Amino acid sequence: MRKCALSVMPDLLRAVAEATPLYLPVDTDKGDALFTRWFEGADWSGACNTARGPKDLFFPQTEDLVAFKTAGKTVEVLDIRREQEDFVVFGVRPCDVKAIEVLDRVFLSEPVDSFYAARRNHALIVTAACSRPTETCFCGTFGIDPTALCGDVTVWKTEDHVYWQAATEQGERFLAALDGFLEDADDTAVTAQRAQTAALLSRLPLHSLRADAFGGGKTEAFFDHPAWDTLSQSCLGCGTCTFVCPTCQCYDIKDFDTGHGVVRYRCWDSCMYSDFTKMAHGNPRLTQKERFRQRFMHKLVYYPENNDGLFSCVGCGRCLAKCPISMNIATVMNTLGGDAR
Amino acid sequence: MQSVTRQDLLDTALEKLADGTVSHVLGWSRGTFDYEATPTLFSDPDTLRTAFVWNDFCGANLSKYLIKHTRRLEGRLLVFLKPCDTYSFNQLLTEHRFERERVFVVGVPCNGMADPRKLKAQADGILSVTAEGDTLSVETLYDGTRTLAVADLLEERCLTCKSRRHAAYDLLLGEEGEVQDSARFDEVAAIEAMSPDERFAFWQKELSRCIRCNACRDVCPACTCEQCVFGNPSSGVENKAASNEFEEKLFHIIRALHVAGRCTDCGECSRVCPQGIPLHLLNRKFIKEINENYGVYQAGAEVGTRAPLVDFTLDDPEAETVVRRGDDA
Repeated sequence: MRKCALSVMPDLLRAVAEATPLYLPVDTDKGDALFTRWFEGADWSGACNTARGPKDLFFPQTEDLVAFKTAGKTVEVLDIRREQEDFVVFGVRPCDVKAIEVLDRVFLSEPVDSFYAARRNHALIVTAACSRPTETCFCGTFGIDPTALCGDVTVWKTEDHVYWQAATEQGERFLAALDGFLEDADDTAVTAQRAQTAALLSRLPLHSLRADAFGGGKTEAFFDHPAWDTLSQSCLGCGTCTFVCPTCQCYDIKDFDTGHGVVRYRCWDSCMYSDFTKMAHGNPRLTQKERFRQRFMHKLVYYPENNDGLFSCVGCGRCLAKCPISMNIATVMNTLGGDAR
Repeated sequence: MQSVTRQDLLDTALEKLADGTVSHVLGWSRGTFDYEATPTLFSDPDTLRTAFVWNDFCGANLSKYLIKHTRRLEGRLLVFLKPCDTYSFNQLLTEHRFERERVFVVGVPCNGMADPRKLKAQADGILSVTAEGDTLSVETLYDGTRTLAVADLLEERCLTCKSRRHAAYDLLLGEEGEVQDSARFDEVAAIEAMSPDERFAFWQKELSRCIRCNACRDVCPACTCEQCVFGNPSSGVENKAASNEFEEKLFHIIRALHVAGRCTDCGECSRVCPQGIPLHLLNRKFIKEINENYGVYQAGAEVGTRAPLVDFTLDDPEAETVVRRGDDA
């Protein structure tokens, strides 16, 4: 394990950013934090988590795929892809690292999504272990230890030091390049902090929420559950939960008429929207109840069924904090969980 | 602290359910945390007794739900409306969105609602919140139990409350308030005072945060189109995400124009925005313009009034006068 004084972090981050584009959580003037490209004077935010996860860096909300230029009766296909450069994402929370694993299973399995793969292959992820969880956190429900080593490198921030440990070979090389800033350290401080954080986690309001009742093969147990009616009753059908979610991966592909051709782009889609998966005959999910159910069944049943039991919720708590009507996956699990038929 | 208690509301709801006046009650239940309230439809007295809440976090305006529930359900619905909510209620009636006789409105006085965002900015790791008079006792993970004044946590819209008088009710609980001498246009005036470049930069910065979740539209009591053009693949302008910076701004400006003259300034758009964009200022700008050009008009103050933008009187300024005023400004 290596360490550096907290006071050298600005210099260290500058050195990283000068070598490779660097993204890190930076406070905004709205009182939240967002992953932001490093700039001179950028402070590493102390926020429990960013308002949106690092998903945007791998799977942006809108992304141009291909362009067509028309002239008379000819159509020219333009390859608008750009060479992807290496980049570093610093300060990713363990729940969001797990969320990237969820996305990887979707985008990196055959057929591989080349846009996503290019970004993943060029990214180095530095995880920031949690020491100050908040009431919306429930990563433990999905078996995540937010103090453990993950990503390519993990950092543990204490009052005056930052401790570093590599988890991958790429991470080892990254730390080697920062050798001038780091000194060897034992893990006493980190071990103490991990114990302290574990005690805090056990006091969180959602600490006892369990996912055991869910998983692959549970479609019939939950699909026709009568509680979906009341749970979905006040859902506005907005896309907030899906757009702040670090694992939601659905997108739509659309054409933008430029006047002299077409730019084909994709943009995030939301199962909450009335035109989601609309087909020639209409939308297969006629009311908000079916759309609402889809979101939670996907997270808790369909995704694990297809991905070796891995849930596609990581308990980051963003949807809990942002839902306009305070309806969320924790309430859904509590309501359905003890009552599987 | 609210001047009528949960018990007052609960007793009324139980009585009206028991005597057959209504078959359902639209109110709030506790969200996941004590500082949250979920709009909830109740039909059974036992659930009502255990789950119903009325506290400083019942900011959600329930009037728009009446469209959906009156269509879906038989019988009459009891709904609890705060003064600002009743303006939305009247505006929906003006637009024939549901039938008046299907609804039994219980007017609830409101002393302003607390903003969970302000609470969370002041207290980290909130385990419980208990109301104690004009303060909240907040048990936290990191700072023990904190005592915070509700007055310091009020939602922005409540700081410039336009009315404590209900514009509609069948039964009023507690004492009726008055229309307020509100400073709500000051913020608009501050933006008007900016140079065009500053103003553009202000809105550019705010609207560039938009993630197109459409929560502002979906919660808005003036947005009641059966299908929004922005959610209709056949409209030609449907868009789930802003494909460029122009569209990002256009969505909000078009929406503000669409609700101009019908927006009651309930402030739900800004309350629900997950990105903290002050969307109500766009709508309030239109209200201010209408007031200045056509005389003061409050949408939803009465049922059946014609908004100045869709009405004509001989006193209206000619179009060229309005244009000239715009040029002078």
